[in-house]
Amino acid sequence: MEKKRTAPISTAVAILTGLVVLAGYWLASGQEGGLASTVLSLRGNLLNTAMLLAAVALVLGSINLLVVHIGKIRHGSKNALYSFFLILAMEFTFLVVLIQGPQGTLADWLFTYIQLPIETSLMAVLTFSLVVALLRLLRRRLNLYTAVFVFFALLTLLGTAPILGVEVPMVSDFSRYYAQVMASAGARGILLGVGLGSVATGLRILLGADRPYAE
Amino acid sequence: MNWLALGVVVLFAGLIVVFWLLARRNGDAKLRRLAAYEVLERAISYAVEDGTRVHVSLGRGEVTGPNSAAALVGLSVLRRVGEIAGDSDEPPVATAGEGALGLLSQDALRGAYRSLGHPYSYDPTLGRVSGLTPFSYAAGAMPVMADEKVSATALIGSTGVETALIASAGNRSRSLVVAGSDSLPAQAILYAAASQPLIGEELYAGGAYLGAGSAHLASLHAQDVVRWLLILVIVGGALGKLLGVL
Repeated sequence: MEKKRTAPISTAVAILTGLVVLAGYWLASGQEGGLASTVLSLRGNLLNTAMLLAAVALVLGSINLLVVHIGKIRHGSKNALYSFFLILAMEFTFLVVLIQGPQGTLADWLFTYIQLPIETSLMAVLTFSLVVALLRLLRRRLNLYTAVFVFFALLTLLGTAPILGVEVPMVSDFSRYYAQVMASAGARGILLGVGLGSVATGLRILLGADRPYAE
Repeated sequence: MNWLALGVVVLFAGLIVVFWLLARRNGDAKLRRLAAYEVLERAISYAVEDGTRVHVSLGRGEVTGPNSAAALVGLSVLRRVGEIAGDSDEPPVATAGEGALGLLSQDALRGAYRSLGHPYSYDPTLGRVSGLTPFSYAAGAMPVMADEKVSATALIGSTGVETALIASAGNRSRSLVVAGSDSLPAQAILYAAASQPLIGEELYAGGAYLGAGSAHLASLHAQDVVRWLLILVIVGGALGKLLGVL
Protein backbone atom coordinates (compact mmCIF):
# COMPACT_ATOMS: atom_id res chain seq x y z
CA MET A 1 0.00 0.00 0.00
CA GLU A 2 2.78 2.31 0.99
CA LYS A 3 4.42 1.66 -2.33
CA LYS A 4 1.43 3.07 -4.18
CA ARG A 5 1.47 6.16 -2.02
CA THR A 6 5.18 7.05 -2.24
CA ALA A 7 6.45 5.80 -5.58
CA PRO A 8 4.57 8.20 -7.90
CA ILE A 9 5.75 11.25 -5.96
CA SER A 10 9.41 10.25 -5.82
CA THR A 11 9.29 9.15 -9.46
CA ALA A 12 7.72 12.45 -10.55
CA VAL A 13 10.30 14.44 -8.57
CA ALA A 14 13.15 12.41 -10.07
CA ILE A 15 11.84 12.74 -13.64
CA LEU A 16 11.15 16.48 -13.39
CA THR A 17 14.51 17.18 -11.75
CA GLY A 18 16.30 15.09 -14.34
CA LEU A 19 14.53 16.82 -17.21
CA VAL A 20 15.32 20.30 -15.89
CA VAL A 21 18.99 19.43 -15.35
CA LEU A 22 19.21 17.79 -18.78
CA ALA A 23 17.48 20.73 -20.48
CA GLY A 24 20.12 23.00 -18.97
CA TYR A 25 22.74 21.40 -21.21
CA TRP A 26 20.93 22.63 -24.35
CA LEU A 27 19.76 25.99 -23.21
CA ALA A 28 22.00 29.00 -23.58
CA SER A 29 21.46 31.68 -20.94
CA GLY A 30 19.05 33.99 -22.70
CA GLN A 31 17.13 37.07 -21.74
CA GLU A 32 16.42 37.83 -18.09
CA GLY A 33 12.97 36.48 -17.31
CA GLY A 34 12.83 34.29 -20.44
CA LEU A 35 12.07 30.55 -20.33
CA ALA A 36 15.72 29.57 -20.84
CA SER A 37 16.84 31.83 -18.02
CA THR A 38 14.12 30.44 -15.68
CA VAL A 39 15.06 26.83 -16.47
CA LEU A 40 18.77 27.56 -15.99
CA SER A 41 18.11 29.28 -12.69
CA LEU A 42 15.94 26.36 -11.55
CA ARG A 43 18.69 23.96 -12.64
CA GLY A 44 21.24 25.85 -10.57
CA ASN A 45 18.97 25.76 -7.52
CA LEU A 46 18.32 22.04 -7.96
CA LEU A 47 22.03 21.29 -8.28
CA ASN A 48 22.77 23.37 -5.17
CA THR A 49 20.07 21.49 -3.27
CA ALA A 50 21.58 18.20 -4.49
CA MET A 51 25.00 19.29 -3.20
CA LEU A 52 23.49 20.13 0.16
CA LEU A 53 21.71 16.77 0.34
CA ALA A 54 24.94 15.01 -0.64
CA ALA A 55 26.69 16.72 2.27
CA VAL A 56 23.91 15.58 4.64
CA ALA A 57 24.24 12.08 3.17
CA LEU A 58 27.97 12.19 3.92
CA VAL A 59 27.22 12.85 7.58
CA LEU A 60 24.60 10.09 7.62
CA GLY A 61 27.11 7.80 5.92
CA SER A 62 29.62 8.46 8.70
CA ILE A 63 26.95 7.71 11.31
CA ASN A 64 26.13 4.50 9.43
CA LEU A 65 29.83 3.52 9.55
CA LEU A 66 29.81 4.14 13.30
CA VAL A 67 26.60 2.14 13.87
CA VAL A 68 27.91 -0.84 11.86
CA HIS A 69 31.14 -0.97 13.87
CA ILE A 70 29.36 -0.51 17.22
CA GLY A 71 27.20 -3.46 16.17
CA LYS A 72 30.33 -5.51 15.44
CA ILE A 73 31.69 -4.80 18.92
CA ARG A 74 28.36 -5.58 20.58
CA HIS A 75 28.06 -8.89 18.75
CA GLY A 76 31.68 -9.76 19.55
CA SER A 77 32.58 -10.35 15.92
CA LYS A 78 35.99 -11.75 14.96
CA ASN A 79 37.68 -8.43 14.27
CA ALA A 80 35.90 -6.34 16.91
CA LEU A 81 39.23 -4.90 18.06
CA TYR A 82 39.70 -3.21 14.69
CA SER A 83 36.19 -1.79 14.99
CA PHE A 84 37.07 -0.44 18.43
CA PHE A 85 40.14 1.36 17.05
CA LEU A 86 38.13 2.67 14.11
CA ILE A 87 35.53 4.19 16.42
CA LEU A 88 38.24 5.60 18.68
CA ALA A 89 40.07 7.19 15.72
CA MET A 90 36.82 8.48 14.26
CA GLU A 91 35.68 10.12 17.49
CA PHE A 92 39.12 11.60 18.14
CA THR A 93 39.40 13.05 14.62
CA PHE A 94 35.85 14.40 14.86
CA LEU A 95 36.63 16.17 18.15
CA VAL A 96 39.93 17.57 16.84
CA VAL A 97 38.30 18.98 13.69
CA LEU A 98 35.35 20.29 15.74
CA ILE A 99 37.66 22.19 18.07
CA GLN A 100 40.45 23.28 15.70
CA GLY A 101 38.71 23.22 12.32
CA PRO A 102 39.98 21.24 9.31
CA GLN A 103 43.06 23.50 8.96
CA GLY A 104 44.13 23.11 12.61
CA THR A 105 47.63 21.93 13.58
CA LEU A 106 46.53 18.61 15.06
CA ALA A 107 44.04 17.94 12.24
CA ASP A 108 46.81 18.61 9.73
CA TRP A 109 49.19 16.34 11.68
CA LEU A 110 46.61 13.54 11.72
CA PHE A 111 46.20 13.82 7.97
CA THR A 112 49.92 14.08 7.14
CA TYR A 113 51.29 11.51 9.55
CA ILE A 114 48.46 9.00 9.90
CA GLN A 115 45.99 9.03 7.02
CA LEU A 116 48.46 9.77 4.22
CA PRO A 117 51.02 7.06 5.19
CA ILE A 118 48.23 4.49 5.64
CA GLU A 119 46.76 5.25 2.20
CA THR A 120 50.25 5.24 0.65
CA SER A 121 50.92 1.86 2.23
CA LEU A 122 47.70 0.53 0.75
CA MET A 123 48.86 1.85 -2.63
CA ALA A 124 52.08 -0.13 -2.15
CA VAL A 125 50.10 -3.24 -1.22
CA LEU A 126 48.19 -2.71 -4.47
CA THR A 127 51.37 -3.39 -6.47
CA PHE A 128 51.73 -6.82 -4.90
CA SER A 129 48.01 -7.49 -5.32
CA LEU A 130 48.35 -6.80 -9.03
CA VAL A 131 51.32 -9.14 -9.44
CA VAL A 132 49.44 -11.88 -7.58
CA ALA A 133 46.34 -11.19 -9.69
CA LEU A 134 48.38 -11.54 -12.88
CA LEU A 135 49.82 -14.87 -11.74
CA ARG A 136 46.39 -16.05 -10.65
CA LEU A 137 44.98 -15.04 -14.03
CA LEU A 138 47.56 -17.21 -15.81
CA ARG A 139 46.51 -20.17 -13.68
CA ARG A 140 42.77 -19.57 -13.79
CA ARG A 141 42.00 -18.32 -17.29
CA LEU A 142 44.82 -19.27 -19.63
CA ASN A 143 43.56 -18.41 -23.11
CA LEU A 144 44.50 -16.19 -26.05
CA TYR A 145 43.10 -13.00 -24.45
CA THR A 146 45.04 -13.64 -21.25
CA ALA A 147 48.22 -14.27 -23.24
CA VAL A 148 47.75 -10.98 -25.14
CA PHE A 149 46.98 -9.12 -21.89
CA VAL A 150 50.06 -10.45 -20.10
CA PHE A 151 52.33 -9.91 -23.13
CA PHE A 152 51.34 -6.27 -23.53
CA ALA A 153 51.43 -5.63 -19.76
CA LEU A 154 55.02 -6.88 -19.64
CA LEU A 155 55.93 -4.98 -22.80
CA THR A 156 54.53 -1.75 -21.33
CA LEU A 157 56.59 -2.30 -18.18
CA LEU A 158 59.72 -2.88 -20.27
CA GLY A 159 58.96 0.14 -22.44
CA THR A 160 58.25 2.58 -19.62
CA ALA A 161 60.63 1.30 -16.94
CA PRO A 162 63.56 -0.52 -18.55
CA ILE A 163 65.28 -3.07 -16.29
CA LEU A 164 68.45 -1.52 -14.76
CA GLY A 165 67.98 1.44 -17.09
CA VAL A 166 68.92 -0.63 -20.16
CA GLU A 167 66.52 0.04 -23.01
CA VAL A 168 65.78 -2.97 -25.17
CA PRO A 169 66.04 -1.85 -28.84
CA MET A 170 62.66 -1.22 -30.51
CA VAL A 171 60.67 -2.05 -27.35
CA SER A 172 60.20 1.61 -26.38
CA ASP A 173 59.18 2.58 -29.91
CA PHE A 174 56.79 -0.33 -30.22
CA SER A 175 55.25 0.25 -26.79
CA ARG A 176 54.78 3.93 -27.70
CA TYR A 177 53.12 2.91 -30.98
CA TYR A 178 50.64 0.51 -29.46
CA ALA A 179 49.90 2.82 -26.52
CA GLN A 180 49.09 5.69 -28.89
CA VAL A 181 47.38 3.71 -31.64
CA MET A 182 46.15 0.25 -30.65
CA ALA A 183 45.48 0.81 -26.94
CA SER A 184 44.02 4.23 -27.60
CA ALA A 185 41.61 2.80 -30.21
CA GLY A 186 40.57 0.03 -27.84
CA ALA A 187 40.11 2.50 -24.99
CA ARG A 188 37.91 4.72 -27.14
CA GLY A 189 35.78 1.72 -28.08
CA ILE A 190 35.34 0.79 -24.42
CA LEU A 191 34.58 4.41 -23.49
CA LEU A 192 31.94 4.61 -26.23
CA GLY A 193 30.32 1.53 -24.70
CA VAL A 194 30.50 3.10 -21.23
CA GLY A 195 29.01 6.32 -22.62
CA LEU A 196 26.12 4.47 -24.27
CA GLY A 197 25.49 2.51 -21.09
CA SER A 198 25.45 5.71 -19.04
CA VAL A 199 22.99 7.41 -21.41
CA ALA A 200 20.74 4.33 -21.39
CA THR A 201 20.77 4.19 -17.57
CA GLY A 202 19.97 7.91 -17.34
CA LEU A 203 17.16 7.69 -19.86
CA ARG A 204 15.63 4.67 -18.10
CA ILE A 205 15.39 6.80 -14.98
CA LEU A 206 14.11 9.87 -16.84
CA LEU A 207 11.39 7.74 -18.42
CA GLY A 208 10.43 6.38 -14.99
CA ALA A 209 11.15 2.87 -16.22
CA ASP A 210 13.81 2.21 -13.61
CA ARG A 211 13.71 3.47 -10.03
CA PRO A 212 16.84 2.40 -8.21
CA TYR A 213 16.56 5.46 -5.96
CA ALA A 214 13.29 4.50 -4.30
CA GLU A 215 10.84 1.69 -3.91
CA MET B 1 22.64 24.56 -29.00
CA ASN B 2 24.06 21.10 -29.73
CA TRP B 3 21.28 19.71 -31.93
CA LEU B 4 23.19 16.52 -32.77
CA ALA B 5 23.54 15.50 -29.12
CA LEU B 6 19.87 16.36 -28.53
CA GLY B 7 18.92 14.25 -31.58
CA VAL B 8 20.91 11.27 -30.29
CA VAL B 9 19.28 11.53 -26.85
CA VAL B 10 15.77 11.81 -28.36
CA LEU B 11 16.45 8.87 -30.71
CA PHE B 12 17.82 6.82 -27.81
CA ALA B 13 14.77 7.62 -25.65
CA GLY B 14 12.40 6.78 -28.54
CA LEU B 15 14.12 3.44 -29.11
CA ILE B 16 13.91 2.58 -25.40
CA VAL B 17 10.16 3.31 -25.39
CA VAL B 18 9.58 1.23 -28.56
CA PHE B 19 11.62 -1.73 -27.29
CA TRP B 20 10.01 -1.42 -23.87
CA LEU B 21 6.53 -1.69 -25.36
CA LEU B 22 7.66 -4.63 -27.53
CA ALA B 23 9.30 -6.37 -24.55
CA ARG B 24 6.14 -5.99 -22.46
CA ARG B 25 4.09 -7.51 -25.27
CA ASN B 26 6.46 -10.28 -26.35
CA GLY B 27 7.85 -11.30 -22.97
CA ASP B 28 11.33 -12.79 -22.73
CA ALA B 29 13.91 -11.66 -25.23
CA LYS B 30 17.03 -13.51 -26.29
CA LEU B 31 20.27 -12.09 -24.99
CA ARG B 32 23.77 -13.05 -26.00
CA ARG B 33 25.59 -15.22 -23.48
CA LEU B 34 27.41 -13.21 -20.84
CA ALA B 35 29.30 -15.59 -18.57
CA ALA B 36 29.79 -13.11 -15.71
CA TYR B 37 26.06 -12.62 -15.08
CA GLU B 38 25.24 -16.30 -15.64
CA VAL B 39 27.80 -17.24 -13.00
CA LEU B 40 26.55 -14.51 -10.65
CA GLU B 41 22.94 -15.67 -10.98
CA ARG B 42 23.98 -19.23 -10.16
CA ALA B 43 26.11 -18.01 -7.25
CA ILE B 44 23.13 -16.14 -5.77
CA SER B 45 21.04 -19.32 -5.87
CA TYR B 46 23.86 -21.36 -4.29
CA ALA B 47 24.28 -18.71 -1.59
CA VAL B 48 20.60 -19.02 -0.67
CA GLU B 49 20.90 -22.82 -0.51
CA ASP B 50 24.15 -23.16 1.40
CA GLY B 51 23.56 -20.35 3.90
CA THR B 52 26.19 -17.95 2.64
CA ARG B 53 25.93 -14.32 1.69
CA VAL B 54 26.17 -12.24 -1.48
CA HIS B 55 28.11 -8.99 -1.18
CA VAL B 56 27.36 -6.14 -3.58
CA SER B 57 29.95 -3.38 -3.59
CA LEU B 58 28.68 -0.22 -5.23
CA GLY B 59 31.90 1.75 -5.62
CA ARG B 60 32.25 5.41 -4.74
CA GLY B 61 30.64 7.21 -7.66
CA GLU B 62 28.78 10.30 -6.53
CA VAL B 63 25.08 10.13 -7.24
CA THR B 64 25.16 13.79 -8.27
CA GLY B 65 28.24 13.39 -10.46
CA PRO B 66 28.99 12.07 -13.95
CA ASN B 67 29.80 8.61 -12.59
CA SER B 68 26.31 8.14 -11.21
CA ALA B 69 25.17 5.77 -13.99
CA ALA B 70 27.49 2.96 -12.88
CA ALA B 71 26.34 3.44 -9.29
CA LEU B 72 22.69 3.33 -10.34
CA VAL B 73 23.28 0.06 -12.22
CA GLY B 74 24.89 -1.30 -9.05
CA LEU B 75 21.75 -0.31 -7.13
CA SER B 76 19.52 -2.10 -9.67
CA VAL B 77 21.67 -5.23 -9.30
CA LEU B 78 21.55 -4.91 -5.50
CA ARG B 79 17.78 -4.60 -5.54
CA ARG B 80 17.53 -7.71 -7.72
CA VAL B 81 19.97 -9.66 -5.54
CA GLY B 82 17.91 -8.58 -2.52
CA GLU B 83 14.72 -9.85 -4.15
CA ILE B 84 16.31 -13.24 -4.88
CA ALA B 85 18.32 -13.77 -1.70
CA GLY B 86 16.61 -11.44 0.80
CA ASP B 87 14.69 -14.15 2.62
CA SER B 88 17.71 -16.43 3.10
CA ASP B 89 19.42 -16.99 6.47
CA GLU B 90 22.30 -14.77 5.41
CA PRO B 91 20.82 -11.84 3.48
CA PRO B 92 22.89 -9.85 0.97
CA VAL B 93 25.10 -7.08 2.25
CA ALA B 94 26.08 -3.90 0.38
CA THR B 95 29.10 -1.62 0.79
CA ALA B 96 29.56 1.83 -0.69
CA GLY B 97 32.27 4.46 -0.66
CA GLU B 98 29.96 7.46 -0.72
CA GLY B 99 27.36 8.73 1.73
CA ALA B 100 24.37 9.08 -0.60
CA LEU B 101 25.14 5.75 -2.23
CA GLY B 102 25.18 4.11 1.20
CA LEU B 103 21.71 5.52 1.92
CA LEU B 104 20.43 4.42 -1.48
CA SER B 105 21.79 0.92 -0.90
CA GLN B 106 19.69 0.75 2.28
CA ASP B 107 16.71 1.99 0.30
CA ALA B 108 17.23 -0.63 -2.42
CA LEU B 109 17.42 -3.42 0.16
CA ARG B 110 14.39 -2.05 2.02
CA GLY B 111 12.49 -2.07 -1.28
CA ALA B 112 13.56 -5.66 -1.94
CA TYR B 113 12.28 -6.76 1.49
CA ARG B 114 8.98 -4.97 0.94
CA SER B 115 8.51 -6.66 -2.40
CA LEU B 116 9.23 -10.01 -0.73
CA GLY B 117 6.40 -9.27 1.68
CA HIS B 118 8.33 -9.08 4.95
CA PRO B 119 9.56 -5.52 5.44
CA TYR B 120 10.25 -6.05 9.14
CA SER B 121 13.11 -8.48 8.41
CA TYR B 122 15.08 -5.64 6.87
CA ASP B 123 18.21 -4.67 8.80
CA PRO B 124 19.53 -1.17 8.00
CA THR B 125 23.14 -2.23 8.70
CA LEU B 126 23.04 -4.45 5.60
CA GLY B 127 23.62 -1.33 3.52
CA ARG B 128 26.87 0.23 4.68
CA VAL B 129 29.27 3.02 3.97
CA SER B 130 32.61 1.25 4.31
CA GLY B 131 34.79 4.33 3.94
CA LEU B 132 34.77 7.77 2.40
CA THR B 133 38.13 7.87 0.60
CA PRO B 134 39.13 5.40 -2.14
CA PHE B 135 41.42 3.28 0.02
CA SER B 136 39.32 3.49 3.18
CA TYR B 137 36.37 2.29 1.10
CA ALA B 138 38.45 -0.69 -0.06
CA ALA B 139 39.83 -1.31 3.43
CA GLY B 140 36.30 -1.29 4.86
CA ALA B 141 34.88 -3.59 2.17
CA MET B 142 37.66 -6.20 2.38
CA PRO B 143 36.83 -7.65 5.84
CA VAL B 144 33.18 -8.11 4.82
CA MET B 145 34.24 -10.91 2.49
CA ALA B 146 36.44 -12.62 5.05
CA ASP B 147 34.22 -12.26 8.12
CA GLU B 148 30.62 -12.46 6.94
CA LYS B 149 30.31 -15.80 5.14
CA VAL B 150 30.37 -14.18 1.70
CA SER B 151 30.43 -16.66 -1.19
CA ALA B 152 29.97 -14.18 -4.05
CA THR B 153 30.85 -10.54 -4.52
CA ALA B 154 29.46 -8.27 -7.24
CA LEU B 155 31.64 -5.18 -7.60
CA ILE B 156 29.40 -3.02 -9.73
CA GLY B 157 29.89 0.72 -9.69
CA SER B 158 32.34 3.49 -10.23
CA THR B 159 35.66 2.50 -8.71
CA GLY B 160 39.32 3.27 -9.25
CA VAL B 161 42.45 1.17 -8.86
CA GLU B 162 41.60 0.44 -5.20
CA THR B 163 39.11 -2.10 -6.53
CA ALA B 164 42.05 -4.53 -6.96
CA LEU B 165 42.32 -4.77 -3.16
CA ILE B 166 38.64 -5.74 -2.83
CA ALA B 167 38.90 -8.28 -5.66
CA SER B 168 42.06 -9.76 -4.12
CA ALA B 169 40.33 -10.07 -0.75
CA GLY B 170 37.51 -11.92 -2.52
CA ASN B 171 39.98 -14.28 -4.15
CA ARG B 172 41.70 -14.90 -0.83
CA SER B 173 38.42 -15.83 0.83
CA ARG B 174 37.69 -18.10 -2.18
CA SER B 175 34.52 -16.26 -3.12
CA LEU B 176 33.39 -15.55 -6.64
CA VAL B 177 34.16 -11.98 -7.75
CA VAL B 178 32.11 -10.52 -10.61
CA ALA B 179 33.37 -7.01 -11.21
CA GLY B 180 33.02 -4.08 -13.55
CA SER B 181 33.75 -0.38 -13.43
CA ASP B 182 33.29 2.66 -15.64
CA SER B 183 36.96 3.59 -15.29
CA LEU B 184 39.49 2.24 -17.79
CA PRO B 185 42.36 1.61 -15.33
CA ALA B 186 39.96 -0.21 -13.00
CA GLN B 187 38.68 -2.34 -15.90
CA ALA B 188 42.24 -3.33 -16.82
CA ILE B 189 42.96 -4.27 -13.22
CA LEU B 190 39.70 -6.17 -12.83
CA TYR B 191 40.41 -8.16 -15.99
CA ALA B 192 43.26 -9.74 -14.04
CA ALA B 193 41.90 -9.60 -10.50
CA ALA B 194 38.24 -10.61 -10.83
CA SER B 195 36.98 -14.16 -11.38
CA GLN B 196 34.53 -12.78 -13.93
CA PRO B 197 35.31 -9.29 -15.27
CA LEU B 198 32.75 -7.05 -16.96
CA ILE B 199 34.23 -5.02 -19.81
CA GLY B 200 32.84 -1.74 -21.15
CA GLU B 201 29.08 -1.62 -21.50
CA GLU B 202 28.66 -5.13 -20.02
CA LEU B 203 28.56 -3.37 -16.65
CA TYR B 204 25.32 -1.61 -17.61
CA ALA B 205 23.59 -4.85 -18.69
CA GLY B 206 23.33 -6.19 -15.13
CA GLY B 207 19.63 -5.44 -14.69
CA ALA B 208 18.68 -7.06 -17.99
CA TYR B 209 20.63 -10.24 -17.30
CA LEU B 210 19.43 -10.60 -13.71
CA GLY B 211 15.79 -10.14 -14.69
CA ALA B 212 15.23 -6.66 -13.24
CA GLY B 213 12.49 -5.89 -15.74
CA SER B 214 11.58 -5.20 -19.35
CA ALA B 215 12.91 -1.63 -19.21
CA HIS B 216 16.44 -2.97 -18.75
CA LEU B 217 16.00 -5.28 -21.74
CA ALA B 218 14.63 -2.40 -23.81
CA SER B 219 17.54 -0.11 -23.01
CA LEU B 220 19.96 -2.89 -23.89
CA HIS B 221 18.35 -3.29 -27.33
CA ALA B 222 18.32 0.49 -27.84
CA GLN B 223 22.02 0.57 -26.89
CA ASP B 224 22.73 -2.07 -29.57
CA VAL B 225 20.92 -0.06 -32.26
CA VAL B 226 22.70 3.19 -31.35
CA ARG B 227 26.03 1.35 -31.17
CA TRP B 228 25.57 0.03 -34.73
CA LEU B 229 24.64 3.52 -35.89
CA LEU B 230 27.82 4.85 -34.31
CA ILE B 231 29.88 2.11 -35.95
CA LEU B 232 28.36 3.01 -39.33
CA VAL B 233 29.12 6.70 -38.75
CA ILE B 234 32.73 5.97 -37.69
CA VAL B 235 33.42 3.55 -40.56
CA GLY B 236 31.61 5.85 -43.04
CA GLY B 237 33.60 8.83 -41.79
CA ALA B 238 36.89 6.95 -42.07
CA LEU B 239 36.04 5.79 -45.61
CA GLY B 240 34.90 9.28 -46.58
CA LYS B 241 38.16 10.73 -45.31
CA LEU B 242 40.13 8.04 -47.13
CA LEU B 243 38.33 8.72 -50.40
CA GLY B 244 38.64 12.46 -49.95
CA VAL B 245 34.86 12.99 -49.82
CA LEU B 246 34.88 14.45 -46.29
